[in-house]
Amino acid sequence: MNLPLWLIPALPLAGFLLNGSVALFAGWRRARKSTAAWREAHPEDHGHDGDAAAGHGHDDHGHDAHGPSGPFLPYGERLFYGVVGVLSVGLATVVALANAVPYALASTASEGGIGPVVQSVWKWMAAGHVSVEMAFRLDPLSAMMVSFVTFVGLLIHVFSVGYMQDEEGYGRYFAYLNLFMFAMLTLILADSLVVLFIGWEGVGLCSYLLIGYYYDKDFAHAAGKKAFVTNRIGDFGMVLGIFGILALFGTTDFSFVDLAKAGAMNGTASITVYAVCLLLFLGAVGKSAQVPLYVWLPDAMAGPTPVSALIHAATMVTAGVYLVARCSAVFVLAPDALTLVAWVGAGTAVFAATIGLAQNDIKKVLAYSTVSQLGYMFLACGVGAFGVGMFHVFTHAFFKACLFLGSGSVIMAMHHEQDMRAMGGLAPKVKRTYLTMMVATVAIAGIPPLAGFFSKDQILGAAFAGGHLVLFAIGLFTAGMTAFYMFRLARMTFYGEFRGTEEAEKHVHESPATMTVPLIVLAAGSILVGFLGVPEALGGSNRFVSFLAPSLATAHPHHLSHATEYVLMALSVAVAAAGILLAWRWYGQKGATPEVPSAAAQAFYEKSGALGRLVANKWYVDEGIEAAVLSPFRKIGTFLWRGFDSLVIDGIVNASAFLVELTGDLVRFFTTGNVRNYALSFSLGVLVLALYVFLR
Amino acid sequence: MLDSSTPIQWLGADILTTLVFLPSLGALVLLLLPNGAKNAIRAVALLASGATFALSVLVLQRFNPAIAGLEAFRPLLVDRPWIPRFGIRYLLGVDGLSLILVVLTTLLTLCVLVFSFGQTIPKLRGYVAAFLVLETGMVGSLVALDAVLFYVFWEVMLVPMYFIIGIWGGKRRIYATMKFVLFTLAGSLLMFVAILFASGVHAKATGILTFSLLEWIPAASAGAWGLTSGQEALLFWAFALAFLVKVPLWPLHTWLPDAHVEAPTGGSIILAGVLLKLGTYGLLRFAIPLFPGAAARYTPLIAVLALIGVVYGAWVAAAQKDMKKLVAYSSVSHLALVVLGIFAGNVTAVSGAVMQMVGHGLTTGLLFLLVGVLYERRHTREMADYGGVASQVPVTTTLFVIAMLGSVGLPGLNGFVGEFLILAGVFKANVWWAAFAATGLILGAIYLLTLTQKVFWGPNRVAANLGLTDINGWELAGALPMIVLVVVLGVWPQPVLDLVRNSVETVVQIASVRMVP
Repeated sequence: MNLPLWLIPALPLAGFLLNGSVALFAGWRRARKSTAAWREAHPEDHGHDGDAAAGHGHDDHGHDAHGPSGPFLPYGERLFYGVVGVLSVGLATVVALANAVPYALASTASEGGIGPVVQSVWKWMAAGHVSVEMAFRLDPLSAMMVSFVTFVGLLIHVFSVGYMQDEEGYGRYFAYLNLFMFAMLTLILADSLVVLFIGWEGVGLCSYLLIGYYYDKDFAHAAGKKAFVTNRIGDFGMVLGIFGILALFGTTDFSFVDLAKAGAMNGTASITVYAVCLLLFLGAVGKSAQVPLYVWLPDAMAGPTPVSALIHAATMVTAGVYLVARCSAVFVLAPDALTLVAWVGAGTAVFAATIGLAQNDIKKVLAYSTVSQLGYMFLACGVGAFGVGMFHVFTHAFFKACLFLGSGSVIMAMHHEQDMRAMGGLAPKVKRTYLTMMVATVAIAGIPPLAGFFSKDQILGAAFAGGHLVLFAIGLFTAGMTAFYMFRLARMTFYGEFRGTEEAEKHVHESPATMTVPLIVLAAGSILVGFLGVPEALGGSNRFVSFLAPSLATAHPHHLSHATEYVLMALSVAVAAAGILLAWRWYGQKGATPEVPSAAAQAFYEKSGALGRLVANKWYVDEGIEAAVLSPFRKIGTFLWRGFDSLVIDGIVNASAFLVELTGDLVRFFTTGNVRNYALSFSLGVLVLALYVFLR
Repeated sequence: MLDSSTPIQWLGADILTTLVFLPSLGALVLLLLPNGAKNAIRAVALLASGATFALSVLVLQRFNPAIAGLEAFRPLLVDRPWIPRFGIRYLLGVDGLSLILVVLTTLLTLCVLVFSFGQTIPKLRGYVAAFLVLETGMVGSLVALDAVLFYVFWEVMLVPMYFIIGIWGGKRRIYATMKFVLFTLAGSLLMFVAILFASGVHAKATGILTFSLLEWIPAASAGAWGLTSGQEALLFWAFALAFLVKVPLWPLHTWLPDAHVEAPTGGSIILAGVLLKLGTYGLLRFAIPLFPGAAARYTPLIAVLALIGVVYGAWVAAAQKDMKKLVAYSSVSHLALVVLGIFAGNVTAVSGAVMQMVGHGLTTGLLFLLVGVLYERRHTREMADYGGVASQVPVTTTLFVIAMLGSVGLPGLNGFVGEFLILAGVFKANVWWAAFAATGLILGAIYLLTLTQKVFWGPNRVAANLGLTDINGWELAGALPMIVLVVVLGVWPQPVLDLVRNSVETVVQIASVRMVP
């Protein structure tokens, strides 16, 4: 079967167009009806301002804000959106696997892998020294990415069918989700940085639209805007980085990777490799929510939970790691840039983990966990272990998607309650959700032989092997915190006594099969996918990393003795176990209430003083940005407008107008309409002229 | 040597003359109609602007973009004596650059008129007539190759625009009109003096009294005019100021927000979509090829002003509370980037600039159009009077978001292509300029998303908005062609880039030859 690569992004795009136009038309008809009804009821109000009708201004802050309970749309309409949405991604998954699996088999079968498959569809733009083909590329890196993105994406589409069934915006939701798949797949399959940038900004747009899915809620659209603008700060670097690549290698298509490997670089370019790497990395920092541009990701939880799972955990946010891996051959030419990548990654990992320790919103814990895990991936890239970083991208997609979808199932069971303090003891009531989430929790905590163990352990191993002992220590410490906050989450949600209202307790229910089946599949993935990359020390051959090798660069291949590796593994498992035990002790006692879920934790929080308050308040970063950046930005803007435009520039203009007016008045003084006056001035003029001519 | 041939005989005259005067013919027909004959007025408006658009597409089809240099004008050239005593000729011609702008002009005029049928416009006959006369002025300016003829068309544009803002405008329309006319006149009078002076210089150098650009450009760019650098600078600035006011480049921009705010929707669309582009067109057609030495010398100065403009326009846009004022300041920012691209002096940047001229015309025109849809229903431009209207007007919201994203420069929509090529070219010319200009990417997202957010998202806070009706059929018909182009030119910009390549290369070549002394 020979299916062209462009079909993979094109199928979800078609789904978007179909669902989008039908949903728009249906929305238009509904709006027309409601507007007409309102106008009939308020014949006198047209054009007058007044307070909004009651019931339109409420704002339940910080929660998944769902519409009425019970399906809003007729069954037929829902069926249409669901089928189009799922089918388009399903077909894309088939095409993706039909391309990627034979490629992977052929590549692993031959020594050193086989070359990339590049398919150009049309010439996008060519002018001067820029020439960009709309071309797609299949190589080990994109084959790996496209496989898990379509697969996890399909599961999340299926999950959404159940999760979103009561929503008025069902059609719009699936349209956006399909558009996201289009953009993400374009990003992955692109053969040049510029085409990649279509996907890069496209996923940003979908993220904006889906975070702001509940567009009538202020917190939702504000979070959407924050995400887009923060990403744009990264994109500023990304665009300049693309120009830098163009200057260095004369092309933006990924043949520059081979040029970089061969060292064929324009030495006289007006920009250094180091600067180009920093610029590209700035883009990655924005997209993958690293310090200091991570601030948008926790707020992004305002979107529906499947969106958080797909976009803000499994796929889009890993695009930054993908970019660094894709350009790894360039990064290794600038070791200082790589060092920065490693430190930003490690710093983000530990920083976000501290905040995760003290969050009470179940989705916020997972959000900070995602930021932290992304930090691990950059840490891996920074120490030169790009393949291992991508391995963590891969495993993380499974267990984090499982965790997010599981939290969605919990939130649904709790009727849109996200505060873990009002949960507790849910395990027997939501068995499948509980079991699958526990599997994923164990996986992310790094307990062998689940997926997270293999990838995280290799990251720590790579840091240690590269001699980055401080980075290794930070990573190890973060692993302990990860285990702690994840088991704190599990304990507060599933164990102990129910701490919510009795009314809420009665309504707790397990989710339908459309939701639990994807959970089960992802949990199975969280157990199994780690075995693709079993290190040699444990008798494997690390097939995952060696498959990716042709696409990547290796900075400094370091090898540890098996004995050292065993010690490191034992160490990381021990640290994780310590974190688990501590969480279990602190959040496990009976008699906990929503206000005080754990006396031990409360006591620690009080004793920790300022540090505890800082962590609980997310280090006051949002407040700091508001005071240091946003507020001055607004003030200066207003000053330039009211002060400079209106006073200075228009002042000069008005002053010259006044001068003209003054001259006019002066002239008018002579323009009396009296003929004798004219005759006088005429004669005077002649006299003056005559004198001038004669006396010259 | 280029005279006496009128290659394409069409409708008893030549195709370019028809293209220029067909709209005015429509305006004349309107005068014969009674003021109340709404349907007849609409029919004439559609017929005149529709036929003009069709004709411009025909010209596009007949044009051969493969011809390089000034020869590109030749196949469709119209050349007749006009005022023989002064060597002034009726000289019309198109190259890729002017042609793409002509098509943009005829399309936008058609869209504006169709759109206006969906709105309540008093004195519709005069309104339509003003736009048709304006179209003659705009197309005439774009195809005129005789400097005096160009100047005449240039000033002709001012008159209908004066009436459009002055009669159909908002509350402070008189102030806005005066400011608009005075700023523009101040610039264009300087240009007129410079045109006369240049003809004298040319006559002195070659012995021929002519205003033909086809004679001027080869002579001037080859240095045959023998100007001292001081004279060249004076002439360059006389032309450049006229055009930079029109663009408008910081700090000459303060007339624009007032004019936009007070102009009726159609006026704003044409103002942003076409009139501002005539400023950048003038730079490429006159100021740079005639005075490449001075242009090169003052490039750093103009680049700095443009860089200030990019950031300043965006920053001030972010502070606005009035929807139209915000979009107006966004134009200041976007057009500053176009000027930067033009003066970056390489094919990539100038191609991007031309692309962005087209792109900005479509996206900003659309933004004004959609603001006009809301204004028609609620009679307010304050963002605070809206909020959460997406539920009421889903189609308007969808179109607005697409236009907004086009303006933000989302890849896949038209704004990106221009912006990307400009920045790529500027980066090649000067890395620091590019770095500074690229901050516009961030600032653009801030003010445009804020606009969208404040108007369309959020809970519905104003009761009257619950009765908002969505965009109607005529309004939609006016918006759709533009929306389609925003997408098409985003994914398939190459035809436009191919069309303008030779024009761009000619300008860049002239400019670069004189850069090396």
